[in-house]
Amino acid sequence: MVKVFGNKATRFGFGEALVELGDKDDKIFVLGADTVSSVAINGFQDKFPDRFANVGIAETNLLGMAAGLSIAGFIPFVSTYGVFASGRPWEQIRTTICYSKLNVKIGGSHSGLMVGPDGATHQALEEIAIMRCIPNMTVLVPCDAVETKKATIAAAYYKGPVYIRYGRENVPVVTEESTPFEIGKACVMKEGKDVCIIACGSMVYESLAAADILEQNGIKAKVLNIHTVKPIDEKAIIEAAKECGAIVTAEEHQKFGGLGSAVAEVVVKNSPVPMDFVAVNDTFGESGKPSDLITKYGLKDINIVTAVKNVLKRK
Amino acid sequence: METADLKIISASVRKDILTMLELAGSGHPGGSLSSVELMVDLYFNHMKINPKNFNDPKRDYFILSKGHVCPVLYSVLAQMECISKDELCTLRKMGSRLQGHPAKDKNIPGIEISTGSLGYGLSIAVGVAKGMKTLKQDNRVYVLMGDGEQQEGSIWEAAMSASHFKLDNLCAVVDCNGLQIDGPVDKVLNINPITDKYLSFGWNVISVDGHNLEEVDAAYAKAKLQKDKPTVIIAKTVKGKGVSFMENKADWHGKAPSKEQLLQAFKEIDATL
Repeated sequence: MVKVFGNKATRFGFGEALVELGDKDDKIFVLGADTVSSVAINGFQDKFPDRFANVGIAETNLLGMAAGLSIAGFIPFVSTYGVFASGRPWEQIRTTICYSKLNVKIGGSHSGLMVGPDGATHQALEEIAIMRCIPNMTVLVPCDAVETKKATIAAAYYKGPVYIRYGRENVPVVTEESTPFEIGKACVMKEGKDVCIIACGSMVYESLAAADILEQNGIKAKVLNIHTVKPIDEKAIIEAAKECGAIVTAEEHQKFGGLGSAVAEVVVKNSPVPMDFVAVNDTFGESGKPSDLITKYGLKDINIVTAVKNVLKRK
Repeated sequence: METADLKIISASVRKDILTMLELAGSGHPGGSLSSVELMVDLYFNHMKINPKNFNDPKRDYFILSKGHVCPVLYSVLAQMECISKDELCTLRKMGSRLQGHPAKDKNIPGIEISTGSLGYGLSIAVGVAKGMKTLKQDNRVYVLMGDGEQQEGSIWEAAMSASHFKLDNLCAVVDCNGLQIDGPVDKVLNINPITDKYLSFGWNVISVDGHNLEEVDAAYAKAKLQKDKPTVIIAKTVKGKGVSFMENKADWHGKAPSKEQLLQAFKEIDATL
């Protein structure tokens, strides 16, 4: 059984972190884009109205204003749905924020298929790919609400642009307050020697569940939580490759360009081992219940188990 | 500073712009020359700058949204002695601090942010202005844009938000020289009536002859008195102003003069003094 400490949406971890940050540091400024309650930044808005701005449905201005606020000496956090936080203002993020290494933090909520009934237009599946390819950008994909809170607080004082990917739906909490968190340092969630499952975000829980199933089949899987896709913990990945000899990655994201690609880049260059990728198979999502969508698009523990069995044949 | 002195400085800035571009072998003379008076009057008569510390928290901010005309900014900064005239000659060369479009990571005093991708500067200026209001500081924020640049939708998001947030500490300038790369602005994508557009977005609008130093000076002064609304100065200018063979020619948007053309231009500029 996977040890679960609750069920909570990661967006609430983000929102709580902002309030805590706002309490301690009056340089924290938060900007929203008409989705304020939905992305859980209304807590900050209520408590610190002078350091909050809602820019309306205008995401390019959202990022532009954040850039200006960072020049003015603030630590700006912006948040809206992932598609609109990363996609629409992508060039502004690249050329205004990353090129000038501005201290702007971008919260991309409502990531993945688990956005549910809103459907494909709102299900962000590409942010890891389009954010990590920009120089000077740090990309965090925390696995639960507890980790999201830590990631957000860490991001505030991590120099330069940071993108934090989190979600709308309640997901299992698999870490605790005492679990250490450091940007750039992968977390071993479970030890094992036969295969390493490397995951981020919501798929960390599915990976732990998969590891349980595999254990019943006599396969001991290591589970590595890569909450920082960039800068990626190369050492941890190389160690896992050497130790286990086979890797399966798992992400609620397109198969091209995301966590799987990032891990493969490290593995192929340093310690090539058979790999397989559990991810969205180069397709858009659709309307549906989050749990049904995860099943339909192959992002469950059983899909990870199948991928592991495939990769072990090639070991 | 008196108009007569500003005219001399403007002539010197024009010559520096052309010299830089000739040495670089590429760059943007047309739009740099059309912005000279707007920049010279701003920096010499209105911008609060601390020449000993360009990061002084009490400073006014300037954002060059039309980043391709950085030669005029670099020249004005050289007049302010924060970069040397020698350094101007390194424009666009590999390893130079003077990149083809202003680069923040080169740490040039007076360059607040990298610009060059049109349409973003107004948003950035709105953010700085909002920051100053939040801090309850009276620093002013200036941003220079082009007229072709008004075609970018992002300008209008920023324009809406500047008046929504009542940013009367913000003064934008639109250098309307009427031309863009592909020809006259009104033929490519007509932005007019630009004055009416900004008025309808809730701005205070002042129209000036962008080469008349007294009009420009009065406009910057008037902007400081405006309460509750941001101000935009719509400046009618001539692309390539000051050099007869460049004036009003879209061709001179993005090409450097030759040595002979440079000497010819110098003769014309000197003759105005």
